[in-house]
Amino acid sequence: MKESLHKRNNQLANGKRQLEILNNGIFASGELPKFADKIAEIGHFPLRPKSLEVLQINVGYMCNQVCAHCHVDAGPDRKEIMTKETMQQCLDVIKKTGAHTLDLTGGAPEMNPNFRWFVEKASRLGVKDIIVRSNLTIIRANKKYYDLPDFFKEYNVHVVSSMPHWTRGKTDKQRGEGVFAKSIKALEELNERGYGLPDSGLKLDLVYNPSGAFLPGDQSAMEKDFKKALFEDFGIQFHDLFAITNLPISRFLDYLIVSENYEDYMYALVEAYNPAAVANVMCTNTISVGWDGWLYDCDFNQMLGLKVASKVTHISKYNEKLLNDRNIVISQHCYGCTAGAGSSCQGTVT
Amino acid sequence: MSKSYYDPADLKKFGKITEWSEEIGNKFFEYYGKVFEEGALSAREKSLIALAVSHVVKCPYCIDAYTKDGLQKGITKEEMMEAVHAGAAIESGATLVHGVQMMNKYDKLSM
Ligand code: SF4
Ligand code: SF4
Repeated sequence: MKESLHKRNNQLANGKRQLEILNNGIFASGELPKFADKIAEIGHFPLRPKSLEVLQINVGYMCNQVCAHCHVDAGPDRKEIMTKETMQQCLDVIKKTGAHTLDLTGGAPEMNPNFRWFVEKASRLGVKDIIVRSNLTIIRANKKYYDLPDFFKEYNVHVVSSMPHWTRGKTDKQRGEGVFAKSIKALEELNERGYGLPDSGLKLDLVYNPSGAFLPGDQSAMEKDFKKALFEDFGIQFHDLFAITNLPISRFLDYLIVSENYEDYMYALVEAYNPAAVANVMCTNTISVGWDGWLYDCDFNQMLGLKVASKVTHISKYNEKLLNDRNIVISQHCYGCTAGAGSSCQGTVT
Repeated sequence: MSKSYYDPADLKKFGKITEWSEEIGNKFFEYYGKVFEEGALSAREKSLIALAVSHVVKCPYCIDAYTKDGLQKGITKEEMMEAVHAGAAIESGATLVHGVQMMNKYDKLSM
């Protein structure tokens, strides 16, 4: 199995180095406009948050997979895991915030030893929507995870799962050998428990992100294709498909550079820039909490080491009013959120 | 000036053709955009047709553009290759059907 950039001591494991690349080259020479200038044209600079709706918590970078496009640089070799103490701090915050959605991500969030404890507690606090971003294969990775579908059902967890394509070849190339077969098995198990069925309250959504240096196509057309193919070939059903653009950071940035696609990809992002997407980019209604409790505008900024530009930078000092009065930290990777119909963890934004 | 006739970077400049003839250039792009919208044929089907035609007219810009477009639309490589074959079959068929003309002429000139 491949190793993370971090383990390989690759220079791109460092957020600062990634930002250097994003801020120099074609953007420094003026060949392409900087994101800040682009949003200034429509009066959105500095970018400001609206009211908080989603608390996205990254419970650790450990993962059973090492996907080639991963913006977290996750993998089995990553040891950063949120402690129970930090989770408790998150729970204290959830009680107080106006956020209606708790979005748990990773790595594979299920690999955090306190994952189930956390979900149970959050559920008891009455959070309306508890999302778990599950990579599906984790459910089949080890016996101790086999009962995850039952656990999800018990707490009415909203499962959002990544599925790069409905054909085996593409999925395995992006996510690793055997991933497709395991994902299908996991989806069948979720369906068996009622997840993803047309009138079911057990929500199962899929995330599609392109397996290569190209942008996602029209979300609703892709959803139609995915639904048809997965149902015809495997009898699998799901609710919504979120088409997400790969942001040029971390392992995806490494891939773009190594495959000599970086400049063309940045051109494609800038060309697809949609001013109508700016008002609703993810950071305008989300706060991202890192495994060690630091606060970020989004999961991407977290990976670049760009903490929130606020007096409050840690979950232990959380203050929604102060946080809402901040400027969002941006760079050229933000073009990934405004391309085409826009892109966020909930799919398009326009 | 590039030393070769085709430069991949020129594809990005395609839009600039309007600079030397604005009105008809714009009309072309408007028409082009409209053609590829979802209609009686899906945008996906039209993308495959465009890919096949790109090969028949042997335009390297179009091949790059519609391979990428196909990927974006989730078109598989098997579908793309079949589209190229469909184009190639028509193209070779169009050559071969002229064999009938050759046969006609041959027969007419022969005793
Ligand atoms: S993309 Fe998701 S499943 Fe893949 S390595 Fe990253 S965190 Fe794990
Ligand atoms: S990358 Fe983060 S900060 Fe930039 S626009 Fe997207 S969500 Fe906002």
